[in-house]
Amino acid sequence: MVEKEYRHIGKSYLRKEGQEKVTGQAMYIHDLELPGMLHAKLLHSPHARAKILSIDTSKAKALPGVKAVLVGEDAPYLVGLYMIDKRIIARDEVRYQGEVVAAVAAIDEVTAEKAVSLIEVEYEVLPAVHTIDEALEGKILVHEDINDLDYMKGVFFPQPDSNIASWNTTKKGDIEKGFAEADLIVENEFTLPAVAHAPMETHVSVAQADPYSNKLKVWSSSQSPFTLRDMLAKAFNIPRKDIEVVIPYIGGGFGGKAGIHIEPLVAVLSKAAKGRPVKLKMTREEEFNQLPTRAGMRGRIKTGVKKNGKITAFQAYYDWDSGAYADYGVNVGKTAVYSGGGGYEIENAEIHSRTLYTNKVFSTAYRGFGHLETHWSVERQMDIIAQKLGMDPFELRMKNILKPGSRTLSGEVIYQHTGSPSECLEAVAKEIGWTGYQTKEERLEQFKTGKVRGKGIALLQKAPAMPTNTSTGAIMQMDEDGGVKLMIGAVDMGQGVNTAMAQIAAEELDIPVEKVEVSWEINSDKHPYDWNTVASKYTLMGGNAVKKAAQDMLRQMKEVAAQVFRAHIEELAHKDGYIYHIKHPDKKIPYNKLSRGYVFENGNAIGGPLISHGVYTASGLTNLDPETGEGLPALAWTFGAHGVEIEVDVETGEITVLKMASAFDAGKVINKKLVDGQVIGGVLQGIGSAILEGYKFSSDGTLLNPSFTDNKIPTAKDAPLEVVPIYIENEQVDGPYGARGVAEHPMISVPSAVGNALYDATGINFHSLPLSPENVALRIAENK
Amino acid sequence: MCGEHGNNCFVHVDSGLPPVGLKCVVNGEEIQACVDPTMTLLNFLRNELKLFGTKEGCGEGECGACTIIMNGETVNSCIILAVEADGAEILTVEGLAKDGELSILQQEFIKMDALQCGFCTPGMLMSARALLDRNPNPSEEEIKEALAGNFCRCTGYIPIIDAVKSAAKREREELK
Repeated sequence: MVEKEYRHIGKSYLRKEGQEKVTGQAMYIHDLELPGMLHAKLLHSPHARAKILSIDTSKAKALPGVKAVLVGEDAPYLVGLYMIDKRIIARDEVRYQGEVVAAVAAIDEVTAEKAVSLIEVEYEVLPAVHTIDEALEGKILVHEDINDLDYMKGVFFPQPDSNIASWNTTKKGDIEKGFAEADLIVENEFTLPAVAHAPMETHVSVAQADPYSNKLKVWSSSQSPFTLRDMLAKAFNIPRKDIEVVIPYIGGGFGGKAGIHIEPLVAVLSKAAKGRPVKLKMTREEEFNQLPTRAGMRGRIKTGVKKNGKITAFQAYYDWDSGAYADYGVNVGKTAVYSGGGGYEIENAEIHSRTLYTNKVFSTAYRGFGHLETHWSVERQMDIIAQKLGMDPFELRMKNILKPGSRTLSGEVIYQHTGSPSECLEAVAKEIGWTGYQTKEERLEQFKTGKVRGKGIALLQKAPAMPTNTSTGAIMQMDEDGGVKLMIGAVDMGQGVNTAMAQIAAEELDIPVEKVEVSWEINSDKHPYDWNTVASKYTLMGGNAVKKAAQDMLRQMKEVAAQVFRAHIEELAHKDGYIYHIKHPDKKIPYNKLSRGYVFENGNAIGGPLISHGVYTASGLTNLDPETGEGLPALAWTFGAHGVEIEVDVETGEITVLKMASAFDAGKVINKKLVDGQVIGGVLQGIGSAILEGYKFSSDGTLLNPSFTDNKIPTAKDAPLEVVPIYIENEQVDGPYGARGVAEHPMISVPSAVGNALYDATGINFHSLPLSPENVALRIAENK
Repeated sequence: MCGEHGNNCFVHVDSGLPPVGLKCVVNGEEIQACVDPTMTLLNFLRNELKLFGTKEGCGEGECGACTIIMNGETVNSCIILAVEADGAEILTVEGLAKDGELSILQQEFIKMDALQCGFCTPGMLMSARALLDRNPNPSEEEIKEALAGNFCRCTGYIPIIDAVKSAAKREREELK
């Protein structure tokens, strides 16, 4: 195939907002001040589960400077993305330590804080659901009203009189037959704890609610301008036209700022404070213990294989310790039924994914949701199977890997243009010099030095998890000087979407990238609709919408130029900022002469301001069959693989990542520098999950480590010595220039690759994350 | 008004304690103010001087987003008091560019794509600035050590380390 030459696609343009961010000019909601603005502070439940017997707010209300004090009864609104299960402020009962019990708005933070300390709450502490097993037992129900909760039907399956917010299943082929055919059956249990997104900017929102009408304006550090508007409209039962959501720069999201969080609470506070704007900025402690996490998970996996390594059956129970409210959690669980077997061809499969309510801080989407978790299980399982078969784990993977003609768990057929997992796996194996596990003798030799090295590989896959009708739009306007203003509904939180979209617009229009400005500060009143900035779906969807907007603009220019040249529109083409006649290329009009309509010499004018738009809607997606999980959930699969070399200190258990090779079939890389940024950053987040991070709860359900002191994230010292991003480009047929999403994927299967390398280094199989120095050193000591 | 400093006085008496006079130099500008003795330096910079470039990431001295340079040393401005800056010379991210031109360090951060969401960037730049001021030719280990108190959740640090390295090289060559 001949490589197509592009003017801008594939070029490493620097991000458009760099200068504002290095000079301190970039304004975030943390920095937002409005006339008359009040500050809010919250009172949190100290108990995992308790009845609220009484709340006395009289002293708080009497404090000078306090403008509003609210408790659950004052905010009788339920919110929820998929299960409508969460109150803005707890009422009658609290379901996790950290849940909001009361809220205050006052003239400044100090006054608000003081008022909060004056609120007296009487609780009756109740026994709580702490573990996955207690949740499954169902003796205590986190939501006693689970049978009455409203939810998205046909997609999620809450179980009556239980703690199961959704039970999703896959049934493919004949699982009994598959196990009967197996020469070897391998069963393992893998676990990982809840972790924090830890964006450097904590959640923060400002709201101004007109007390005399439905009008509501919200400024928020959010990934979801339009979903947020949608959820606010539903919660308050007001029309969307009355809600304006504004999103300037946001300081990191990673899924934790998708959907709806503190915004409705700030809105009711503003309304109660007679419409004064109210700002609520989460403290770091609140970020840990009030706002949602990535759920902890337990995977129980049973795999049947032939002696030659061919998988005959795969059965898994994925149980998600998802906390007190469903939020995105049920959708996270749902990914397991179509992706929870990994990037392999499995004829006979049965998967049960249960999102469980527990009395803990609830969970939500986190970068590549569901996938880091299930891949921790599947990719460790593959290595353990290889050990038992005495086979190279690379060979075992290649034997079963998805290839053209294979069917996924949900029955989707794989083509060459779907992307190639095997090319990714081969690339990382080559890059780290994978030649199979080292021998026992080699390991023993290394142990003598106090430091042992090992290598590991792991495959990965993910497709966006989104509604079947997910859509997006782009609006483009041309200025009198030929510059283009592009408006999209996606939030650029550093992933570089605005720079990539400028490249696409410039490519289509054939103008310099500098001539395109993507409008920052998304405003739901002005910007075109986009579902959510999540799921690594925007490059494909938004890229197509921007392409179509540019093509629409070219068509408009050609229509006017056709009149000027007295030519057919088919005879016109565009190049380098001009519309020209293909037979008479010297007949040309620069774009700027068309930007406000064309003016003839005598003064006659035709055409008009150039305003175009493009839309894109996911096509062909279906809901999954409730019983079998069959259907088409994937807009696009992005496959990838990690290969890692680590060094382990035998005494301290500390892991140093020497080299990480990460390969992705990106279809087409739009901007290598920006994609490199996603890969290097994602890999380190994955390393955080692998070796450092995790929530710890006391026996009564109190979060023990709600700070960076005790809940560490990686620092510069934890960065791998080398990260090698590798891009495979099997073009996506419906992707812009062949591109598909890749932003979340670098995080997925990093823990698995590290875990596999840890086996190679130590000869020990680890089943639980994190692979912290403590956990690793203890196991090494036990095995001596 | 505290009565002593006229229009320069920012009375934001949170604690009820008498305000305290404060003189310092911020980004080359002389500042005279009186402040609540419990006010942090971060709140003084942001809320009173309206220098919003310095960010708050944790308020507990853990994440480094609020890093500034005071008398040549980096400090977490969220855990020191404004009054501790009396007589001090302070540099914040707003003071890095000179005469309308970005500093070499800022230029290299852009060039190496050493930032994504940008929230940690001001603090990161200040830690890097202080390092290069005391050690114009740092090793990779020394760079990591100097930046270890500044968390970044987006970049994976490697582009930041590269930016500091190349800024050091350029500064040694161009600012002789």
